Amino acid sequence: MNRREALSSVALLLGGTIVGTEFFLSGCKPERKYGESLNLSPDDISFLDEVGETILPTTASSPGAKATKIGEFMKTIVNDCYEDKDQKTFLEGMQKLNDACKTKNGKMFLDCDDKQRHDFLVDLDKEQKEYMNKKKPEDPSHYFRMMKELTLWGYFTSEIGATKALRYIAVPGKYEGCVPYKKGDKAWAT
Amino acid sequence: MPDDSLKININNKAVAQHTYDAIVIGSGISGGWAAKELCEKGLKTLVLERGRNVVHIKDYPTATLAQWEFKHRGSLPEKDKKANPFVSHCYAFDETAMHFFVKDNEHPYIQEKPFDWIRGYQVGGKSLTWGRCTQRWSDFEFTGPRRFNYGWDWPIRYADIAPWYSHVEKFIGVCGTKDGLEAMPDGEFLPPFELNCVEQHLKESIAGNYRGRYLVHARWAHLTQPNPIHIEQGRGKCQARNLCQRGCPFGGYFSSNSSTLPWAEKTGNLTIRPFSVVHSIIYDEQSQQARGVRVIDANTKQAIEFFSRIIFVNGSALNSNLILLNSVSNRFPNGLGNDNGLLGKYICFHNYRGWLGGEIDGFADSYYYGRNPTDAIIANYRNLHKIDTDFLGGYTTYCGAHRERNNDGNGSQQIGAAYKESLAEPGGWRVYAYVQGETIPKEKNHVRLSTDKKDEWGIPQLITSVEYDDNDDKLLNDFFVQTEEMFTKAGAKNIAHSDSKQAPGLDIHEMGGCRMGADPKTSMLDKWNALHHCKNVFVTDGACMASTGNQSPSILYMALTARACDHVVGELKKGNL
Repeated sequence: MNRREALSSVALLLGGTIVGTEFFLSGCKPERKYGESLNLSPDDISFLDEVGETILPTTASSPGAKATKIGEFMKTIVNDCYEDKDQKTFLEGMQKLNDACKTKNGKMFLDCDDKQRHDFLVDLDKEQKEYMNKKKPEDPSHYFRMMKELTLWGYFTSEIGATKALRYIAVPGKYEGCVPYKKGDKAWAT
Repeated sequence: MPDDSLKININNKAVAQHTYDAIVIGSGISGGWAAKELCEKGLKTLVLERGRNVVHIKDYPTATLAQWEFKHRGSLPEKDKKANPFVSHCYAFDETAMHFFVKDNEHPYIQEKPFDWIRGYQVGGKSLTWGRCTQRWSDFEFTGPRRFNYGWDWPIRYADIAPWYSHVEKFIGVCGTKDGLEAMPDGEFLPPFELNCVEQHLKESIAGNYRGRYLVHARWAHLTQPNPIHIEQGRGKCQARNLCQRGCPFGGYFSSNSSTLPWAEKTGNLTIRPFSVVHSIIYDEQSQQARGVRVIDANTKQAIEFFSRIIFVNGSALNSNLILLNSVSNRFPNGLGNDNGLLGKYICFHNYRGWLGGEIDGFADSYYYGRNPTDAIIANYRNLHKIDTDFLGGYTTYCGAHRERNNDGNGSQQIGAAYKESLAEPGGWRVYAYVQGETIPKEKNHVRLSTDKKDEWGIPQLITSVEYDDNDDKLLNDFFVQTEEMFTKAGAKNIAHSDSKQAPGLDIHEMGGCRMGADPKTSMLDKWNALHHCKNVFVTDGACMASTGNQSPSILYMALTARACDHVVGELKKGNL
């Protein structure tokens, strides 16, 4: 796997178009003005950690997204790689997520228990998929689409994600083209 | 600061101190070979490099970092992308390797038509970041332009260069298998990177469905099993990390830095001078030869002259054109050796616009170990003996297969524990292919010097005027149609293809402008890569190409360089230069 295919893998995993258009493929978007940064508070970061943890929770086999500091990662990428309009969508999305949660569960996301959070995000994920499939190219992306993408990308490229959830060998030493695979074996991180 | 090479002030003391047997302009893949060959043959050799020094291993700052050790996990931060609208198109210009590329604002050039000029100004040049594919040209390519009336005939044939391919392959280390293909001659190969099970299936399917189409192992400049000559260079086995463009701490792939330059240094005959921007080559009317090189020190901006009996021009294709165009004298007012006005014209490149991918069912019980840094190759099968398409030239197809990660989740619920576990396992296989297509040399595709804009070293900026044509579109379409058909017959489905519509140059295979040929009226260089009209100047990088063929060019530059070095040393011994 060389050149282009290696770079397109993440996009394929997430299914087609990527928010921030193609930053997974070719880097971050150029339109944003310099010097602006997201003023996310520690509470905001904790909130994003919990959203990420609900998407990819701790399981018997590996820690969840929160352990990889996914909230900080989202902040870094949205700051450094998102266009203005996508940053706005993301920021407003944090409020929208809470509003939607209140409507469904009668309380803020962080006040919900794990099952409520999970069920709520399952619904929200359906909503974003329907929206993303129907939207015109010039329409903004769905905020939850962004959060989910960032969670997947950040988690599986983190040390925990790569070495605990997936298999990672820094120096394989050799390449073998055909080795047996049995169901349950982890995928290679890269 | 001198504006041109007409003004020469000779200082005898400086002449003695600054005199070498040979000067090599550029330390990249071909310059490194010139240095090695000339130093080995006993010539005191000065290598001029315009960029900084890069010492093997020591100057590879990212070589052993894991993805999570990069702030943006390897992705290019947006401020860097905005600052580099052109070089950021390059797949390897990312957070992990951008330090080996020229930033757009550092060295401006003028794009009359869109052209992404990807450069690596450092000792080792682009040999640090190159793609490493090293197939040989065949006679189909050397004779194609003459047989089918496009371009000009090469002054050499495969038989002339074959021994030099061997010479280079043995030293740099090339993996592959001897496949016996007329369109892609065999070489001196180390063991290949294995095909995975789906690639093996593709190979068998193509062989079963098509006469004359062959999927074969990658031929790549990797040490799959080092020989004593590689150990002697201090290089070791490729560790299958697939992080090559960061520089390899194992010396697993070939670069000037890991191989030819340290080898040349060991002879005691090598002097490398970094931060030396070549302004021009100094022509001596009396002897009718070049007598040296004028350099602008990149840091002090001072002009310095170096002298030698022979000069190798290996500045990378377009920069070699630039240097020759800027080497003006009473005898050569339009650039060194440029009596026929061809210098800078017929710039060509490779068509790298096409990508195709699809899914293939089955093979769920197979996986692979390690990260393969190569792709399999479908050797060119177009326009070999005759023109059998609606376009001219051929193309190489690179391809392969790999397993995506699983993406099923718990039914439709792509949130939560089951989804996470699913993502942690490999999913189905994907197949992919991309094209490396020949382009047709045309006079209107050219580079020239700006008459008013100079760089900060007082050297005219280069104007690029290069574009695709209808032939490129037809070739690309044929690649899409044929590859989709081959993949479909092998059982692939949901095949999608895309035309990147990228600007020429992004292929990083720019060639020509100072082409070889038998006739001084229609070419710049003779069959030994010497300027027809200035016989002690040799151009052995991409500038020398009379046509592009469809194979990767770097190893041909290395072979031509070694061949030219052997010739010139013979001439020096005979007293002919």
